[in-house]
Amino acid sequence: MISTQIQTAAYLFAGILFILSLGGLSSQESAKRGVLYGIIGMIIAIVTTVLGAQVEGHIYIVIAIALASIIGIFLARRVEMTSMPQLVAILHSFVGLAAVLVGFGSYLDPHTATLTGAAHSIHLIEVYIGVFIGAITFTGSVVAWGKLEGKIRSKALLYPGRHVINIILVIICIVLGVLFASAPGTEGMIHLYIMTAIASFIGVMLVMAIGGADMPVVVSMLNSYSGWAAAAAGFMLGNDLLIITGALVGSSGAILSIIMCKAMNRSFLSVIFGGFGNTTASGSAKEITGEVTASNHAEVAQLLKDAKSVIIVPGYGMAVAKAQYPVHELVQKLTEKGKTVRFGIHPVAGRLPGHMNVLLAEANVSYDIVLEMDEINEDFSETDLVLVIGANDIVNPSAKDDSSSPIYGMPVLEVWNANKTIVMKRSMASGYAGVQNPLFFHDNTDMLYGDAKDSVQKLNAQLQ
Amino acid sequence: MKVGIPKEIVDNENRVAATPKTVKRLIKQGFEVFIETKAGENAQYSDESFQSAGAHILTSAQEIYSTADIILKVQAVSSEEINMMQEEQVMLSYLNPAQNGDLLQQLANKRINAIAMDAIPRISRAQKMDVLSSMANIAGYRSVIEGANYFGRFLNGQITAAGKVDPAKVLVIGAGVAGLAAIGTAKSLGAIVRAFDTRMEVAEQINSMGAEFLTVDIDEDGSTDSGYSKVMSQAFIDAEMALFKEQAKEVDIIITTAQIPGRSAPKLILDYHVAAMKPGSVIVDLAASSGGNCSLTRNNEVYTTDNGVTIVGKIDQLPAQASQLYGNNLCHLLDDMGKAEHFKIDLEDDVVKRAMVCRNGEIHWPPEPLPVSPTKTKNDTQALDENAASTATTSAMSKGVRMFITLGIIAALLYLIGLVAPTEFMGHFTVFVLSVFIGWQVIWNVSHSLHTPLMAVTNAISGIIIIGGLLQTRNSLSDPMTILAFIAIFVASINIVGGFFVTHRMLKMFRK
Repeated sequence: MISTQIQTAAYLFAGILFILSLGGLSSQESAKRGVLYGIIGMIIAIVTTVLGAQVEGHIYIVIAIALASIIGIFLARRVEMTSMPQLVAILHSFVGLAAVLVGFGSYLDPHTATLTGAAHSIHLIEVYIGVFIGAITFTGSVVAWGKLEGKIRSKALLYPGRHVINIILVIICIVLGVLFASAPGTEGMIHLYIMTAIASFIGVMLVMAIGGADMPVVVSMLNSYSGWAAAAAGFMLGNDLLIITGALVGSSGAILSIIMCKAMNRSFLSVIFGGFGNTTASGSAKEITGEVTASNHAEVAQLLKDAKSVIIVPGYGMAVAKAQYPVHELVQKLTEKGKTVRFGIHPVAGRLPGHMNVLLAEANVSYDIVLEMDEINEDFSETDLVLVIGANDIVNPSAKDDSSSPIYGMPVLEVWNANKTIVMKRSMASGYAGVQNPLFFHDNTDMLYGDAKDSVQKLNAQLQ
Repeated sequence: MKVGIPKEIVDNENRVAATPKTVKRLIKQGFEVFIETKAGENAQYSDESFQSAGAHILTSAQEIYSTADIILKVQAVSSEEINMMQEEQVMLSYLNPAQNGDLLQQLANKRINAIAMDAIPRISRAQKMDVLSSMANIAGYRSVIEGANYFGRFLNGQITAAGKVDPAKVLVIGAGVAGLAAIGTAKSLGAIVRAFDTRMEVAEQINSMGAEFLTVDIDEDGSTDSGYSKVMSQAFIDAEMALFKEQAKEVDIIITTAQIPGRSAPKLILDYHVAAMKPGSVIVDLAASSGGNCSLTRNNEVYTTDNGVTIVGKIDQLPAQASQLYGNNLCHLLDDMGKAEHFKIDLEDDVVKRAMVCRNGEIHWPPEPLPVSPTKTKNDTQALDENAASTATTSAMSKGVRMFITLGIIAALLYLIGLVAPTEFMGHFTVFVLSVFIGWQVIWNVSHSLHTPLMAVTNAISGIIIIGGLLQTRNSLSDPMTILAFIAIFVASINIVGGFFVTHRMLKMFRK
């Protein structure tokens, strides 16, 4: 048995380890150590809790953890790097679900009934808020998972008056909360049930209303929610470690959301309430004149042979086609021929913050040549050839020069400054923002239609 | 589109408006390039080198002027040259429009579309075509080399077997592009460098180049909207002169770079300053051509005064280097104007509108002012004039007020919470708020490329909610709490194990 004081000390230590763990992610070198800190912190936290005096039912705990560990490892081993966003989303939903369950459990806990006065009310409010956030996180993440997995249409679902409905629902939840907090014993259960249902509905609707290209924001937002849910659970259990960890995760997700929104030049609120993916109606954007030039693999291979410096701009299309391995092969071939090859990564390329970096890392591309937008934007004018692989909105010149365009003002990779740009795309369809891309009509832009993986493999063959 | 580069005819002008490298660039932009024979001779560029870069060599200036659509030159054209030109030709060169009213009139009469490269506005976008900067950079570099040449000692300090050598002290007056280049060069040769400028905003730049910023005890800033300094008050000038007197006794090399556009250079080093200097000292006057910053400077001459101070009024232009940079500036401008294919005189364009001083037979000079002060937005308190000063203070004040109100609201909210909440809650609340702050600080440092691992790891540690489940498990399975807790532990564990494992998998892939 471990005394409460020792337990608190252990929690503090675990908290420090978690902070170091996140701090370690500031560079690739220290990141692995960071994960180790996190694992040690987690083990310390779990072991000291289980050995604590108030814990019963050890056998169930062991069974649950053992079963879950097998499943967890199985999931984590099997997941493809291209489907990381889905995995992350579904893991968020687990935290949300756990928060809901812990909230209900805490309400049922006989100990709750022993509280009186302000302490009782505050505890009930904590339970209520914890369950509320948990439920939104749970259903929101499930929907996000469905959208990323392609099981739910990723188009934004907008219905008239949804803001009003959402506000009414939130007000109902507040009223129920007051009733719940004042109900004696466990009589407030019914209020808790209704609120859980409403919160679940809000979670679904919140994510349904957000379109495909905004998915990185949604995922990081849910990441943040899952942290707040854990923090709320910490309050209801009076457990500081939960509070610390929840706050860390919550602010981490919030920062990621801010970074993503900045990268798209949108306000956070407009993403959450917006339904940006569907603004084509307002497409009073400039008429685009000019012709699209279609190229073929032999021509592009020749261009690659002639070019001295090449920048590759990958987008979600590369992830979908799982083209990262052939792309790496292409890079190797070009590097062998003495060409400078680099990658330009837009912050919102893909469906998860940093998604492209992970995919390229998976294919063994050295992270030295994978540059951020700000690092590489200057260099396009001195580049012979740019290969855009399955990206669209992040290389759209309208964002710079067409103030009527819906994506005007969003920072983009200025590929059109290069001598020649090849855009690899499946078809002429517009990107998630639903905006036509004048880049395709530029004189120095050629299109190479087809599946990205297939195309890159053909290029590789030509370069032999 | 045809671009023509005639040979410069002004005496002592060794530069040329194109080099083989820039010719290649022009051809890449789609232009056809014609160069007068021997145009690059004085800058060490032979006709052959131009030819192999793809230019056509023509034998006379007349041919150039009658062939080309665009003329690239360094110095302003003379009347004879204007006679050879054709109407509607575009010409890029130095024009010094403020002083050359007659020349502008002649160009206008001939309906030449003339761009004065020295009138390119000094805005960020136009930096790549700013010939004043690129040429000043060369002058700054060369001024130190000239100074070191006439100075009889090392610039750097050394301790050798033969004895100790003190480093030379260099004073740079005026920290514009030339001044900063001089500071950098002198510093890298090992000298102790001091610099003076009336504009307070450059103090930081001076320090960043490794020089000491000298200043007088009078609170006056010489910055103006144009980026050049203004004429200072008498009190300021007196203090400045006293400062220079002190410095003159001490320093070994003085480099002056102070020039005010359209005016003769301010006299900063007077005879008594020179008299105070040690024999063997050197003054390099970069403003010699506009009258000199030193009252004893003789333009285009190097001489030694009676007390042994060498005054350099003649600076080598480094024609090969200067031509290369000047040529690049021209290429950038042509690039901006649409290259050969879409070449267009766009009067909507801030740069072209201001620099094209003659068009369609009319003179457009002076252009409407365009304020540029690099630090204006950065630094509210450094007021540029009375007006700016008052607005700056108001904005600083309203910022302060807003901050104060925000803090007040936060304090009030905390007070309300403290009023009702039990002690235990306040403890947890403290932990919560501080953790949010820590998280905020730590996460901003996370590298962009690691955002996906970050999400996975936060996912894993948010599985800490498992503790809630652990604390709620009961011995009896029939207790609904146990069932709830069991499921909670189960899903949270998937999160922990899955999250850490997948993070580990991802990080293993990142390699150099």
